[in-house]
Amino acid sequence: MIAEFGLVALWFAAALAGLQLFAGFLGLREGGEGIAVLARPAALVQALLCGLSFLMLLWLFARTDLSVALVANNSHSAKPMIFKLSGAWGNHEGSMLLWVTVMALAGGLIAFIERRLPERTMLATLGAQAFVALGFYAFLLFASNPFERLAVAPAEGNGLNPLLQDIGLAFHPPTLYFGYVGLSVAFSFVVGALLTRQVTPEFARVMRPWVLGAWVLLTLGIAAGSYWAYYELGWGGWWFWDPVENASLMPWLAATALLHSVSVLAARDALRAWTVMLGVIAFSMSMVGTFLVRSGILTSVHAFAVDPERGSFILALLALNIGGALAIFATRASTVAEGERFSILSREGGLVINNVALSAILGIVLLGTLYPLLTEAFDVRVSVGPPYFNPVGAIFLFPMLLALAIGPLLRWRQDSFARIRRPVIALAVTGVVAVIALWAITGIGILPLLGLALALMVAIGSVLPLRGRSLRRLPLSVWGMVIAHLGVAVTLFGMASDTAFQKERLVAVNVGDVVEVGPWSAQLEAVSPVAGPNWTAIEARLSLRYEGTEVAMANPQARSFWSPPTETSEVALTTRWNGQLYTALGNQAEDGRWQLRLWWKPFVTWIWYGGLLIGLGGVLALLGRVSGDIRRRVADRKIADRRADEAELAAETAS
Amino acid sequence: MKRLRMFLWGLVGLSLFLFGLFAYQLSQPKDEFVESAMIGEPMPEFDLRPAVEGYPGLATADLADGKPRLLNVFASWCVPCRAEAPHLETLRDNGAEIVAIAIRDRPEDVAAFLQVYGNPFTRIGADDISEVQLAIGSSGVPETFVIDGNGVITYQHIGDIRAEHVPLILEKLREAGA
Repeated sequence: MIAEFGLVALWFAAALAGLQLFAGFLGLREGGEGIAVLARPAALVQALLCGLSFLMLLWLFARTDLSVALVANNSHSAKPMIFKLSGAWGNHEGSMLLWVTVMALAGGLIAFIERRLPERTMLATLGAQAFVALGFYAFLLFASNPFERLAVAPAEGNGLNPLLQDIGLAFHPPTLYFGYVGLSVAFSFVVGALLTRQVTPEFARVMRPWVLGAWVLLTLGIAAGSYWAYYELGWGGWWFWDPVENASLMPWLAATALLHSVSVLAARDALRAWTVMLGVIAFSMSMVGTFLVRSGILTSVHAFAVDPERGSFILALLALNIGGALAIFATRASTVAEGERFSILSREGGLVINNVALSAILGIVLLGTLYPLLTEAFDVRVSVGPPYFNPVGAIFLFPMLLALAIGPLLRWRQDSFARIRRPVIALAVTGVVAVIALWAITGIGILPLLGLALALMVAIGSVLPLRGRSLRRLPLSVWGMVIAHLGVAVTLFGMASDTAFQKERLVAVNVGDVVEVGPWSAQLEAVSPVAGPNWTAIEARLSLRYEGTEVAMANPQARSFWSPPTETSEVALTTRWNGQLYTALGNQAEDGRWQLRLWWKPFVTWIWYGGLLIGLGGVLALLGRVSGDIRRRVADRKIADRRADEAELAAETAS
Repeated sequence: MKRLRMFLWGLVGLSLFLFGLFAYQLSQPKDEFVESAMIGEPMPEFDLRPAVEGYPGLATADLADGKPRLLNVFASWCVPCRAEAPHLETLRDNGAEIVAIAIRDRPEDVAAFLQVYGNPFTRIGADDISEVQLAIGSSGVPETFVIDGNGVITYQHIGDIRAEHVPLILEKLREAGA
């Protein structure tokens, strides 16, 4: 009954999305007030029903109800509870239901609290949101029903891929999904504002928290995914330019540009066209990403259950939503007037550089990701990798980082070079000295060399806006900016130093042998079998010394899961503040020696520390903006109350 | 303003092109099989010592005598090779001549392996440093190559041979002239 209940709730939610669509768009017409009042309640009830439907799915997974096809295919009664629950969204159907649920909850939230925009714009926004949502409802109900029953329930489930039985991965996909959905809300706001010709600073202020929230989640989601690939896949790299990674990077790039653009629109009423376009593109990239991942038209290490029919469905949604939004934008281009003017040397100017560079990088990643698809149409198979992405991306990344170091020092609208001469010269000197010193001392490659120098410049540039300001009085949103920019420097430093200074040894050793790598020496003490709840493993015991002093043990495993039978490599990571030693155990060679892979990766962890800082910056900015909004709303209400009191008083006095 | 509008219609056009490309690729059958780069290549020059007493070693000249053969790359320490052994016997019983290269192995281990799992091979060369293995584009054990009478590789099977692969390999051997 649980499955049927969930399915019925989902159908009702879809019907309410239909109602919301009609109420939103018909309500825009003359005399449509009667139906317009239904839009907000429809969104609210829809959110409740969707939430209920998702809870039903969680319940089915918690009970391991094997009569439901999805549970039988993706779960197993022997799995720990947390992985049973995460199994609910660790598959195609469940993840689409999660997507729709989060989207409905977001819609319910804006319907419930958002009163700042003109009601017509809100109606168009809710209508647009319902339009997008209906597509996904149709996709769920017709092409990926998560509640489908099996005629005969199997005795045991098929389990979940053991690679995915990992706490990081239980939360990595939903984090990204929440980010995508946040961008869908921004998209709906953009369409609403375009349709009612209300691309205003107020619109930007309403949209900003959604963009910020989505961006924070995408940032954390990508960082978590990168770390997961790093320690779980056993390859030791943190970014592979794999199509699925690119699929998550592209919306992030667009969202980063949108985030900066929307702030300019909110503060200065400039960059209107940029904001609208990035709003459309950010969500488009989320959908393109979903399409590329789910349709299987690109070959990727992420082998998702692939189904061309589902691919066609998402493609149709993609064409409708993106094509539609772009066409609306093109016909309304004249109403999105240019907005306030500004000189090139101004905060706005710096942010335009940021937008152009991020868009260019987005274009480069998109081209590189889709290029194999294009050539395949002519029967040529190519694969595009780091030799393309790294240098070509750097052409735009490095100027953008320069703008990042200097931009926050600039004033809005117009600034003079004389005012910022001293910090800019100091930054330039720092950069040049760093480049020369690094080149002379280390002789590393050009990209990591520039990366290290720029990381230093960005780190200094990011804290310069604090100069001469009272730290206690500084608004949260400025703290957010400073910390996020510092995070960029930290991440860049981690990437560049890992690329430049990593040391790797791949050796076959007997028990008792010592291996040296960088400042480390590792002695293989023993190799012994160990057993876990649903796996057995061969585990190596390595005693590690860092520069001669004994510091730690590392226990890498070669793990075999027995249901389903799968082999994974559980690497051992020994973390110091200045990097990580990565050890992986391979097979036993024919002569009884063990393959060991040791990898000293200086400052590699800073990549993810930086990611966390960027996310933290976003959270602070979000808190600053939302608390500001709440304070303003309370103040408005007080003023309104006082006016009402005064009016009443005046009326009494008059009588 | 006009430029913005033109840019936007350009963007609409570009996305339509992309959607068209996506749709086209979706409609294409997906063939993930990557052809081996070694197909059509002659065997490299080598002369391997016998891997086990009682059987001759393997040299390039042995493979270019006009008779197509299977070349099995295996090792006594390789677990899938054990699973593969009965299917190699089936292939031999169906008339295939199979020669082998033992990778990084000791004669006594090879002898023990053949004792337990049977010996379908006519010649076994020992490749102690994976030299020949790498030269013929094999990255692991087991792998099986079809070599035609001129010593040219016509097919490469990666991984262990299972029962369902036997007819295909016999077919490939026939195509090579057997």
